[in-house]
Amino acid sequence: MTDLLYSEEEEALRAAVRGLLTDHCAPAGVIARTESDAPHDLALWKSLTEGMGLAGLLVPEERGGQGATHREAAVVLEELGRAVAPVPYLTSAVVATEALLACADEETAGLTADLASGRRIGALAVGLHTAPGGTFRAVRVEDGRLHGELTGIADAAVADVLLVPAEDGGLYAVEADAVAVTPRVSLDLTRPVATVALEGAAGRRLGDAEPAVRRALRAGAGLLASEQLGLAEQALTETVRYLKERKQFNRPVGGFQALKHRLAQLWLQVVNLRAAARSAADALARGEGVDVAVAVAQAYAAPVAVHAAEEALQLHGGIGMTWEHPVHLHLKRAKADSLAYGTAGAHREELAALVDLQAP
Amino acid sequence: MTDSPIDATELRRRTSELLAAQPPATTDRLDFLKARFDAGLAWVHYPEGLGGLGAPRSLQAVVDAELEAAGAPDNDPRRIGIGLGMAAPTILRHGTEEQKRRFLRPLWTGEEVWCQLFSEPGAGSDLAALGTRAVRDDGGTSRSSAAESGGCWVVNGQKVWTSSAHLARWAILIARTDPDVPKHQGITYFLCDMTDPGVEVRPLRQITGEAEFNEVFLTDVRIPDSRRLGGIGDGWRVAQTTLNNERVAIGGMRLPREGGMIGPVVRTWRERPELRTHDLHQRLLKLWVEAEVARLTGERLRQQLVAGQPGPEGSGMKLAFARLNQEISGLEVELRGEEGLLYDDWTMRRPELVDFTGRDAGYRYLRSKGNSIEGGTSEVLLNIVAERVLGLPAEPRTDKDVAWKDLAK
Repeated sequence: MTDLLYSEEEEALRAAVRGLLTDHCAPAGVIARTESDAPHDLALWKSLTEGMGLAGLLVPEERGGQGATHREAAVVLEELGRAVAPVPYLTSAVVATEALLACADEETAGLTADLASGRRIGALAVGLHTAPGGTFRAVRVEDGRLHGELTGIADAAVADVLLVPAEDGGLYAVEADAVAVTPRVSLDLTRPVATVALEGAAGRRLGDAEPAVRRALRAGAGLLASEQLGLAEQALTETVRYLKERKQFNRPVGGFQALKHRLAQLWLQVVNLRAAARSAADALARGEGVDVAVAVAQAYAAPVAVHAAEEALQLHGGIGMTWEHPVHLHLKRAKADSLAYGTAGAHREELAALVDLQAP
Repeated sequence: MTDSPIDATELRRRTSELLAAQPPATTDRLDFLKARFDAGLAWVHYPEGLGGLGAPRSLQAVVDAELEAAGAPDNDPRRIGIGLGMAAPTILRHGTEEQKRRFLRPLWTGEEVWCQLFSEPGAGSDLAALGTRAVRDDGGTSRSSAAESGGCWVVNGQKVWTSSAHLARWAILIARTDPDVPKHQGITYFLCDMTDPGVEVRPLRQITGEAEFNEVFLTDVRIPDSRRLGGIGDGWRVAQTTLNNERVAIGGMRLPREGGMIGPVVRTWRERPELRTHDLHQRLLKLWVEAEVARLTGERLRQQLVAGQPGPEGSGMKLAFARLNQEISGLEVELRGEEGLLYDDWTMRRPELVDFTGRDAGYRYLRSKGNSIEGGTSEVLLNIVAERVLGLPAEPRTDKDVAWKDLAK
């Protein structure tokens, strides 16, 4: 049966990650980093991976990982979403890792263990906006070399290895120094996208692209809901805190009923999102009812996370509009997340087929 | 008594014993229910001697499954929902031993139906403003009897939105016993005999055409002091037990996927492809997702309760349930096209049971309008969430330190 709660171990994991992020991922630092040459925080990545072993949660112990499940990875993502942490956890430790796990062990052994340890970072070279059932671009294979250009690749700028779908139906591992990665100016500066150009790049075939990409995007979409939950909850918490403090008309702004009701409605949505996100994480962990649980979570999560960030901005008033205040980190991540791994609308379309509610 | 711990195995053993002693096929329904109560298998989380065994509430499902499989009769819980969901937990928590022994057994078996005399024409969301008066009469009148040896109370006033009043043997009643103190302090909680000659029940017809509710007029109704629940002036606190359970009862029903209001509309969608439009499809998918997420939230809430980690999430369930019922049933009327212009029956009737998902789409649409009013309006519930869960400042009050008699009426 679906377990929608958090275990004691999961709560302990949450506390550990939150402690680390509180000390090493303060909003001011994240904002400053977004405009630097290194938007990703690799020191934080090292603490999360080498220090805590979190990149290997989804990888079985015999393949070099921690042998945990999507439930634990979801808790990590809640905390990373709360902090809008600029680390490639979702893209490398979830999506690229799932793609590798879909391929045969003997082809991926070293690479899987590398990603699980966090020593190397991987990126699936499929546009971030692609839904689990959606079409994706593949590169040409000529004389055993890969040719083509792939766009919208999240966290490619920091990847050591790219997992590239090719027109021959294969998924290839390509070293980052064999391709040209051009960062694009991204809406979400904490998870920037890049264009990846391959001009006769050497690649090693890992397995079939189609099932690997499907599985990777499905897991990414399902666990993204937990990132969105953490983000939405933080936006709500911070807004409630501010509105108790901020005074206008000689009283706390949070005492005005028009605002109280908006925050109560938002709280209700966050409570609902928690159930949807836990349902998706639990389904992925058990491998049961995955398609519906993930589609439901993604059809629900994105509008809630965006709404939470938008409400946070509006209810903070002028201060929320400044570059200095962190609410824009949440807004930009939430809006970019609403496109990641398929829009809410794309997931609803998928549900129409899954639960037999056919279009006219 | 056996010393066995009350676990699932032990409950199965006791259920088998009950079934062996009172075979459902040859036992009178009421006799079976009484025996089940006396075996402690009515509500296992209640104390021994009061229909329970002091076992975890989650184990009730074990007993229910065994009895259902054996074809045993149940107590028709939907017919006695107010008794089970509101009166019983309040009597259990605040009643005297004598009251618990007198009332809980016939309440649970359904021999005695209960209703709730709380709301008044002048006291809706502001329930504590109620004006029904209870005045102490220490005996000496011709109607006094041995049962009134502790004195009695004479009650006058009007209550409204009382479901089941026309069927009820007993009522939970709150009335003002002291008008000279602020409103929350002068209220006392009573168990009122609905057969008292001073109780008059009149049907209250609602927008669906039928009358599931009543107005209840109380004229010199005499209630013995032994039927007071909790202390004099303590009625507001006692009533919180009732009201908290009401919200759980309204928002907390366990549902399978596509249970509840979404069920009829998705069936129509699948069976009647000619009714489909693109606009309705988009809206239906959105509501389907929201209904599924609300179901998961309810499931998560139940898992929290079972795990002994009750959270504030319960306050939100009724809000979500009300809005979804209204939006889904509204969509269904539109989906039906020309048939949406029709209504099954406006005849004034007195339904014994209320099924929000029953009858036709028009009925469901109209009845669901009450979901955001009954048991606490959505607006009041949003205030409660904002203040008690989020800790935002309370509404400014002008009525807190004023005697009830001096409030604007």
